[in-house]
Order: sequence, then C-alpha cells, then structure tokens
Amino acid sequence: MGVWQAYRLRLQRRRWRIRAFRKRRELNPVANRTADIRKTDILLMCTQRNEGVRLPWFLDYYRNMGVNHFLFVDNDSNDGSLDYLASQPDVSIWTTQSSYKRSRFGVDWMNWLLMRYGHGHWCLTVDPDELFLYPFCDTRPLRALTDWLDASSIKSFSAMLLDMYPKGRIDHQTYEIGKNPLDTISWFDSGNYTIRKNPQFGNLWIQGGPRARMFFADKPDLAPALNKIPLVKWDRRYAYVSSTHNLLPRGLNLVYDEWGGEKASGILLHTKFLNVFPEKAAEELERKQHYGASREYLAYADGIKDNPELWCKWSEKYINWRQLEILGLMSKGNWA
Amino acid sequence: MSVGIVMLVHTALHRAQQVARHWATAGCPVVIHVDKMVSKQAYDTFVADLADLPGVLFSKRHRCEWGTWGLVAASQDASEMMLDRFEEVRHVYLASGSCLPLRPVEELVEYLAERPRTDFIESATTADVPWTVGGLDHERFTLYFPFSWRKNRYLFDKFVEIQRNMRLKRRIPKGIVPHMGSQWWCLTRQTLSAVLQDPERAKYDAYFKRVWIPDESYFQTLSRLYSTNIESRSLTLSKFDFQGKPHIFYDDHLQLLRRSDCFVARKIWPNADRLYHAFLTDSEAAMSRQEPNPGKIDRIFAKAVDRRTRGRSGLYMQSRFPNLGWENGVTAGKYSVFQGFSELFQDFESWLSRATGAQVHGHLFAPERAEFAGGQSVINGALSDNAKLRDGNPKGFLTNLLWNTRGERQCFQYGPRDNPKINQHMAIDPNAQISVISGAWAVALFKSNANFADIRAQAALLQKIENKMLDELRSPDVKARVRIWTMAEFIEAPMEPLQVIIDEIGQKSTRRLAEAPRLEDLTGFGRFLQNLKNQGMHPYLMGDFPVDPIPRSAQGAQRKPYLVKK
Repeated sequence: MGVWQAYRLRLQRRRWRIRAFRKRRELNPVANRTADIRKTDILLMCTQRNEGVRLPWFLDYYRNMGVNHFLFVDNDSNDGSLDYLASQPDVSIWTTQSSYKRSRFGVDWMNWLLMRYGHGHWCLTVDPDELFLYPFCDTRPLRALTDWLDASSIKSFSAMLLDMYPKGRIDHQTYEIGKNPLDTISWFDSGNYTIRKNPQFGNLWIQGGPRARMFFADKPDLAPALNKIPLVKWDRRYAYVSSTHNLLPRGLNLVYDEWGGEKASGILLHTKFLNVFPEKAAEELERKQHYGASREYLAYADGIKDNPELWCKWSEKYINWRQLEILGLMSKGNWA
Repeated sequence: MSVGIVMLVHTALHRAQQVARHWATAGCPVVIHVDKMVSKQAYDTFVADLADLPGVLFSKRHRCEWGTWGLVAASQDASEMMLDRFEEVRHVYLASGSCLPLRPVEELVEYLAERPRTDFIESATTADVPWTVGGLDHERFTLYFPFSWRKNRYLFDKFVEIQRNMRLKRRIPKGIVPHMGSQWWCLTRQTLSAVLQDPERAKYDAYFKRVWIPDESYFQTLSRLYSTNIESRSLTLSKFDFQGKPHIFYDDHLQLLRRSDCFVARKIWPNADRLYHAFLTDSEAAMSRQEPNPGKIDRIFAKAVDRRTRGRSGLYMQSRFPNLGWENGVTAGKYSVFQGFSELFQDFESWLSRATGAQVHGHLFAPERAEFAGGQSVINGALSDNAKLRDGNPKGFLTNLLWNTRGERQCFQYGPRDNPKINQHMAIDPNAQISVISGAWAVALFKSNANFADIRAQAALLQKIENKMLDELRSPDVKARVRIWTMAEFIEAPMEPLQVIIDEIGQKSTRRLAEAPRLEDLTGFGRFLQNLKNQGMHPYLMGDFPVDPIPRSAQGAQRKPYLVKK
C-alpha cells in the first residue's frame, strides 16, 4: 500500500468519525445505563426497528453467551419494542426519528456509540436478526474467546453471515415470541459461497447462499455481501465503513490467513427469513431506507411472489457449530 | 514432606490463592512470588487471605516482564527462601499461578521420593530445539537485547539485524554450554543450592541478565554443571502454539486432563470453574481416573497448530484465503477433465461412470448451464447450475464443487464451447487430470444440420479457442496431469489411452476394461474436413484424416468397438 493510499484511507476514516460525531445529535437517550459499564465488560451494539418479535430471544441468547451490556439505537419503532428494551436492566437505549438511510444504514449511529462507550471494550455489533456463533460456544463463554484473542494480540474477529431458511414457504411457519428461531428456520446452504478480495480495504467480499441462488441468480454481482467483522476490541480511532463488512484502519480487515493456514472465525446465523419477513419486506420497500436503492427488497418482492421456497434437496439442517466447522464455513484456527 | 512449591504469580490472584492453599493443605511448603506490577492493595489482600497457612511464604517482589531477567531473579529469591526456611525440602517445584495440579499431591510426593537424585528439567542444546520463536536460538546467547520484544518489536528486530550485520558477538562465559527448555522445572536441593551458591554466580547472573528469555535458559544451562542425574523433561504439562504462546485449558478439556497422566498442567483459563473444582476440591473423583491417554492432548494441539499454519486443502473461506501458490492444494480432491470424449463417443458419460464409479458430470462450464450429473439443477452444498452465478467466479465454482464433494471422485466434460477462463486454473492444479482429444468438437458440427457457412464460421472459432487452450496446457508451469491426442491419433487405438486414464483414476479394481464406449459413426468425416478446407478454413487440430478411408468402411456400415489385449 502506497503512502498516498494510506493517507486517503486515513482521511476517509476521519470523515466517518466526524460524521458519526455529528450524527450523535440525532440520538435521544431513553434509558442510559452506561454508568453501570465496568472496565472489562463485553458490549453489544445494535440498531433496531420494530423487531419486538425477535428481541426476547435475542437478549437471552447474548446474555447467556456473556454479553454484559446492550446499547441499542431504536429507529422509530411503533410496536412497543422501545418500551420493552428500556425496561431491561442491562440495556441502554437511544431513539431517533431520523433517516436510517442518511445515517448510512445505521453505521454512523453505531460508530458514535462505539466511539463514546466502546473504547477499550470488546464490542459485538450485530443486527437483531443475527445470532453469533464462535468455536466452542457451547462449552466456553464469550469471555473465553475475548481473553484468548487478547492473549494472541488479535483485535478483530470475523463471522460470516449464514442465511437460515425454513423447509417450505416462508410464510407457512409460525414463530412464537421468545422461542429459538432456529427451531423454525433451521436450514442453510453449505457450499456455494464465492470470495473476492476488496483491494481498497483489504477485506474479503463474500457472496452466495440462498439469496444469491434464488433472488440474484441473474445479477450475481449485486447479491448481498456476507462477510462481517462483528467482534472488535474497540478503540475510539476505529470506524466501521460499510455495515460491519469492513472497517478502518484496514489492518483490522485482515481476519483471514493468506499463507495457507486458517485463522479462527465464527458465524452469524441470519434469521431474516422468519415468517414475519414478507410483511417486513413490503414495509421496507415502502420506506425505501435500505442499501443500494433497496434493490435487495425489490428482488425479494419479486422472488417471493414467484417462488417463496428457498429449501432444496441439498440444503443442510443446522446442528451445531462443529457441523459448520467441518463444512468449512468457520474455523477453530489454532484455538483448541 | 520433601517437595516445596515455588509459585510465580502475575494475574488471577484468586486462582493462585486456591492452588497455593491446595498445595499447603496437602503439606507442601509454598513460597509465592507476586509480580511487582500487581497493585499494593491486591497484593495485601492476597497475603491476608493466605495468612492462616503457616507453610506459605512470600518472597521479595520483582518486575516480571516476559522474556526478561525478572522472572529468573524471582525464581532465585523464592528458591533461596524455600531452601533456607524449609530444611526438609528435597525437591523444589517451580510452578506458575495458572498451573493446576492434576494428580493428588501425595502421588507427586511419592513419585519424587522414589527418585531422590533426579532433576526434572527440560534442557537441550540450542542446535536441537525446533520451537524457538522469531528464529532466534543460538543468537539468544550471543546478541544484545536492550529493547522489549513485546513493546518495541520494531527496534528489537532492527537491533538484532544491525548486530548480525556487524557480526557483533557476546562472549559466553567459560565453562558453560547454553541449554534451553521449558521454564517449569523441578530440581533437587543439591542441584539448586549448587546453582544458587556457585562462587561464580555473580558472573553468570551478569551474563544471563542480557540474554533473551533467560528463564528458558538460566537454570537449564547451569544445572548441567552440577546435576548428576538430569531427566530432560518437564513434569508440567504445557503445550505451545505456533507463536510460542501456551495453549490454554478450558472446562471442556476436563476429560482430556484427567487422562493426561501429568502432575501439573498449565495454563488454565482463570474462569474455568469446572476444572478448578474437579481437580482442587474433588480429589476423590480425580483419583478414580480412567486409563491414562497422554497422547490425545498432543494430537489435539498438534492438529490445532497444523490447522493454523497449513489449513485444510482446497478450502476457501472467510478466514482462509491463500495467496496464489500458498494453497497447500488448490482444490480439495483429484478430478478428471475430459475434452472431446463425449463428442467422439456416443455414451461416454454413462460408460465412464460405470467404468470408474466416479461422479460424471456433463459440460460443467457450458454456456447455458452447469450440466451436473443426473441433470440436477442444484448439487452438493446447494451449488446452483446457473451459468451467470458460475461465471461470476468460475474458479470459486470449481473449488466449491470439489470441496462439497470431497471423498468422491469428480469427472466432467470440457471443450472450446465452454467458459475458457477456468482452463488456466485447472492447468496449474496438481489435482487435475486433463485428457484432451483435440479437434473432436468437429464431430458435433459434422453431425449437425446447420448451414455450411455457419458450420465453417463455428469451426474456425472453436479451433481458435481450443488452440489457445492447448497452449495453456503446454505452458511450462502446468502442474496438472495433461494428456493430449489429436483425434486421428486417438481413433487409431482408442482403448489403450482409455485404459490408462481409467487406471489412473483408480476407483475400481484394475481389471481390464470389459466394455468400451461406442464410437460415433465417422463415415464421411474426412470428406467433411476436406469441405472445410475447400471453403478456405484449415482444420488442423484433429490430425490427418484421409478423405476416403477405403478399407474400414468396406467391412460394414457400423464400426464395432474392439479391445486391445496384451
């Protein structure tokens, strides 16, 4: 990387940080319990809108994992999820009516919270429909992972997005609040992911899975990116660039090994295709607040009309992280 | 009691306290060294918590940064205190705060009592150890290291480089031969006191103060001077990863540690409640151990190092994306590519699958779709047959297919009509077996019902593409197993090359082929090529075909398959 490019990336990082700083005014605190955060706590950052259905399981899942404090930005919910979150003892929540799109799909808000409260903490930045998995997550708490990362001088941890879907039509499932969504949507694509390197930021760009297979088969370049780096030992000088797909400084994107070995990595189980999805997709299409002129939601609207079955004969049924490790979707690296 | 424990404590004081208590209540005197970096307040609480145990003492505190002299100074002071204050101690065991005794203390005492003259200290000359970090082995003893490796890596490396270039060398004191080994030892009073009371000690200390990582070499070197019986191994189980950092044990290692047959293990994660509970409070259960199986720990950690450094062949994923040439196997398994065979033989694919038992696909890189075996539209791993998805990343498509079907031999057809981008990737892949009958694409044109002008244009195009493909397959950096025949060459004796290819695939028993694929009827093919020539297009890839092959067609209309017998 030349000096000139390094300089430009530095400028860009600064721009994102200034932007995040300015966007802080859009966030109005509803319940600020950040005074409870202790020095070694693991934090979770999340933007949500009308995800009341998912939240009870989401909070339980991450509490059991060992997250100590949740920091939410509520983007104008009207399903009571704001009050629900505000009443939780380990949640701090801000609300905003501002445009999701103009905050670069929530990234500015997340960057601000990270900058303000995340410095020096291990921070997990996820969406409400993402469930994080890491090697040995059934026997070791998240703290074991972060301690190991600290001891290995690793600052960022990759977790690819894995789209989960049901067998049968999406709207034919029923999901009960507080239940494990993986009981209803337990299938995934195991081996159709393609990878390219992003020369500017050095991160991998991964596409594929059921969304590419069903909704973007004719325009594969536009298929959504699945690479994510959700777990970072945050420093106030860092900034996420595009969702949690990549961040700056670019060294943090080097979560993969280039010399034949495997680094440790996890998975984000993506529970987007719960039965509430078609309704949500219609609403999001109306709001036009999503990435790339909401083309993803346009494609869904088309796809869902014609053929809502994502399941195929070669779909895999989710069992546990070890299964994903064997399939080569995540890796233990040298953690044993 | 004959064993005294010297404990070096840095962090997780509550765990260290638990372990110290465990040793002390079993009757072993304990001398604890607490790192000077620990705050006064934490230290005082720690001391107060252990005040009820008379057999626990605290030695003078030093600052212990990794790789520096502090650790040796701490061990020296604490050992002196141990030898001084506890007359009955015969062996001194050096342990850290994150060590955990696995077997009951009595067993260790018994074991050492049976070996009163043995020093357990891993100690090897620098030429014989593979596990040094940063490539520094002998140079640890001959260079200067004024900069911290942890905090000032750049200056550390630069300074080493400068010294190498200047051929600067320290003199090793007379009489000692540098040895290295695990820093966790168990020495007899005799050896240890000899080391500590050596009249030359000041000289040795001055030397080792400037050696890099002296805690791995000070006692290891000096005990060689005095010990009568060194057993060069550590009684502490400790595994290292590829960066030389110790592996950590967690709750889920409980069974593994129970069967490890070692006295002490490090390093234990401080929050591994189950481990501490099982080994410190539940000695009954620990006693009723299963059959020891110490090899298993070795295997698990060796595998982890291998996974981190070499990875799984043919896997491309979020945390493994090797640079070109660093793949350790471009693809996950061997596969065979056939070019021109399905054009020349009528039922080649089904025949091949019968003859080899492998999975035989059609043209995987055909312009319309990927022709998966059995006409499936999706295959293992939910890989789609969509041509656009495939052509977005042809190499990824192939590596995915081979990863998804690993364990099952894959064969597929290829040709100049197909996506040409994949050809060079296959050519440099040692897993590929590529067999080409050049010019066989003309058979399909010959059979077709198109206008001759179109055929001519098509033939010219395909020939151009195939010629480029053949060039790629003949380039000097090809690593695939490539065989190329012209079509004329091949049909002279088709069974022989087929037998060779099938034998190399080697799925089924290596019997002679009992059944041959049916050759297309080529009557008039020579005439067809001549017509192309007459139209000004020169077909050369198929070799020389006579315009009228007189004798063969004279016997009968249908050409019979035949076998070559040796």
